[in-house]
Amino acid sequence: MAVIAPILGRLVKALVTLLAIAVLNFFLIHAAPGDPAVVLAGEAGAADEQMIAQLRERFGLDQPFHVQLGSYVWNIVRLDFGYSFRQGAPVLDLILDRLPATLILTLTAFCISLTLGIALGVAASARVGKASDSLLTTLALLFYATPLYWAALMAVLVFSVELGWLPGFGYETVGAGYTGLARIGDVIRHLILPASTLGLFFMAVYMRMTRASMLEVAQMDFVKTARAKGLSGPVIRRRHVLRNAILPVVTLAGLQAGQLVGGAVLTETVFAWPGIGRLMFESLAARDYNTILGVFLVSAAMVIAFNILTDLVYRLVDPRIGARA
Amino acid sequence: MRPVLTIEDLSIALPAGADRPHAVSGMSMTIGEGEILCVVGESGSGKSMTANALMGLLPPGVTVAGGRAVFDGRDVLALPETQRRALRGRQIAMIFQEPMTALNPLMRIGEQISEVFAAHGMYGPTERERRTLALVTEVGLPDPAKIMRAYPFQLSGGQRQRAMIAMALALEPELLIADEPTTALDVTTQAQILDLILDLRRRRGMGVMFITHDFGVVAEIADKVIVMEKGIAVEQGSAAEVLDTPQHPYTSRLLDAIPTGRLPEARSLEPAPVLELKGLRKVYRTGGGLFRPPREVRAVDDVSLTIGRGEVLGLVGESGSGKSTLGRTVVRLVTPDAGQVLVGGTDLAALSEEELRKSRGKVQMVFQDPYASLNPRHRILRALTAGPVAMGRPRAAAEAKARELLEIVGLGPEAAERFPHEFSGGQRQRIGIARALAMEPELIVADEAVSALDVSIQAQVLDLLRDLRARLGLSILFITHDLRVAAQLCDRIAVMQTGRLVEMGAVHDIFLAPRDPYTRALLAAVPGADWAAENRMAGNAEGARP
Repeated sequence: MAVIAPILGRLVKALVTLLAIAVLNFFLIHAAPGDPAVVLAGEAGAADEQMIAQLRERFGLDQPFHVQLGSYVWNIVRLDFGYSFRQGAPVLDLILDRLPATLILTLTAFCISLTLGIALGVAASARVGKASDSLLTTLALLFYATPLYWAALMAVLVFSVELGWLPGFGYETVGAGYTGLARIGDVIRHLILPASTLGLFFMAVYMRMTRASMLEVAQMDFVKTARAKGLSGPVIRRRHVLRNAILPVVTLAGLQAGQLVGGAVLTETVFAWPGIGRLMFESLAARDYNTILGVFLVSAAMVIAFNILTDLVYRLVDPRIGARA
Repeated sequence: MRPVLTIEDLSIALPAGADRPHAVSGMSMTIGEGEILCVVGESGSGKSMTANALMGLLPPGVTVAGGRAVFDGRDVLALPETQRRALRGRQIAMIFQEPMTALNPLMRIGEQISEVFAAHGMYGPTERERRTLALVTEVGLPDPAKIMRAYPFQLSGGQRQRAMIAMALALEPELLIADEPTTALDVTTQAQILDLILDLRRRRGMGVMFITHDFGVVAEIADKVIVMEKGIAVEQGSAAEVLDTPQHPYTSRLLDAIPTGRLPEARSLEPAPVLELKGLRKVYRTGGGLFRPPREVRAVDDVSLTIGRGEVLGLVGESGSGKSTLGRTVVRLVTPDAGQVLVGGTDLAALSEEELRKSRGKVQMVFQDPYASLNPRHRILRALTAGPVAMGRPRAAAEAKARELLEIVGLGPEAAERFPHEFSGGQRQRIGIARALAMEPELIVADEAVSALDVSIQAQVLDLLRDLRARLGLSILFITHDLRVAAQLCDRIAVMQTGRLVEMGAVHDIFLAPRDPYTRALLAAVPGADWAAENRMAGNAEGARP
């Protein structure tokens, strides 16, 4: 009960936010230079009067402004994001087609970076001041400072071009016709390079944050209490320090999780990964408005969804939050 | 009596660059079975370091330089870490000063207590559960089954300290080290915790090393006393000997510095009021949302009072009584929901932001924490002149005034060019007072202004306030949780409980003939009240003593 009420409140707020984004979308279409019908017709490749009139009628562009707004929002509510003339398919189909590839890539990177980052952060904090701690923090700083696209290009150069260990681009081997387990294995082989380059940066961030947070919590009074109880070092670190130190990491992970859909544009482009990021990039280059706005809306929905999820995780980790709110 | 712990010639070295080479040097003492030894001293005297050394919990860089601590036939200081860990929590247990931060905020109370059994591999899960419940019951926590499932934030300060004690008692240690366990608690809660410790000592026969700075607490529970000054045990003996016939001048100084409740002479005052509060109310609403009504706390509930020109009114109450909210309302850091704050005829509560800024100078505040209330990057001169300059006084005049004020509060004008970190806590509080005076206020609100200071420093700051009251005719609203301190300085005392004013009267009337049951409870809870009363009689009998 104590958990459900605030989440219901959150959901209501989320829906209102999404609606606001949809309205903003609508205004963006109308802010595009010229008559949307002319733009759309131009994209469809034919610009004669009859076609434009047809488009006007079809999209209700001859209707008054508020009616257009209403029908646009109503379409969004029915999950109708419009039609991409460039790609010759409904925008929703395009997005749903690309979504799995992106989620596989970003979720893998997310899990790798979070697990490794926290583990290495804990390890470094336990050896603070020693050589292994310095090595770990220096590496983390290096990963943190390296631009993502450069790391990606270097990874392709070394592991794919020079060593030939892993495929350097694509989602699966085109034309190999793998099925079942063989296909899964093929996708995983393709996944390793993009997922690790994408994950590396965030791993470094999580590691630094975990280490700093662990060291800070280790100074707190209740850790001294734990020592006074006669608990051993590893138990104190796991049960007392880590649980408290993880809170800022959760906040940051929530921010990264919000980027799961839209945040892999660079990686997807370098590795020719057929995901949402590339769809967005291509649509931008081609001025494919409907698709861009569709991706925009889906990304926004993702950010909001992960915000709510982060709040939930927070409530699970920290009992004080639910009680105070 | 069988000795539980014998310390011989203990020395603890501080890291190079500290203000002295040894935190503790050449300390020896014995604690017998069922005996309470109080280690008394001011901050930095090395009393906590001694405890930490025994537990093997010294901070990094601080090391035991010499001496032995024989416990259970072994020198605990020479044991390897694994054996020391086996000792901690099982044979020697410790409780700490801050019950708010000494418990893990994310773990249930029950888990934290039964963890002691787990740490030493004792008993199975059901037996641990059963024993935890028994412990929670033994330390007098209400509704034990529910408390076990509660998180620390759901408990009050006193309840948390009880939970800490339950944890310490889990494996029936022979020695309990208590490091200022009641300092952060309200007087009535403190009295209960002291009773609990006395009761447990009686029933379990464990030795207790009780670290405190408060001679009132010593009078209440100690069998033996050690007085420490700058790492050296300057005096030790039975409680009666040390309290009644102190040998060392430092002990006498500490004893003299304690506000004993020796009441000052009543003064005659002009009736003209500086501050009038009329029907003041402040309600805090927390929580609430789409589906829940908010929770209301009446922090200040229909309070009316006046402070005369040149009068010091003590506002006394426990935490949560609303005394600080009242103080902040008078300065209008908090805007009241209803009522008037009349300062020299102007209602501060009704002023707009713009008008308020012009009138801010009329009431000034001195805060509790002298470390947090001065901007660490501003020189003292800037701290003292920023206010007057903002009110339109010429800079040169403000600076001259600032130097003069620093002289008045006993620091000397050269203090103006220095930064806050160069001063001790007591000196910073003097700066805080000078800062308030720089605005030439009609009233000063001092919120727990001496609570964070050591007794001897506290006495000096109280002297300063008394002196300023006499020289400048200051009017002060003196907010404190400590009745003994209030008695030292105030003309009248107002007692607050849960937002309401329960009693107000002259210091003599409040102390000698309290009418409200809550005032009586507060007075009875003051540690060492009986001893202080004897002392007062002795002091009054002597009469001639200055």
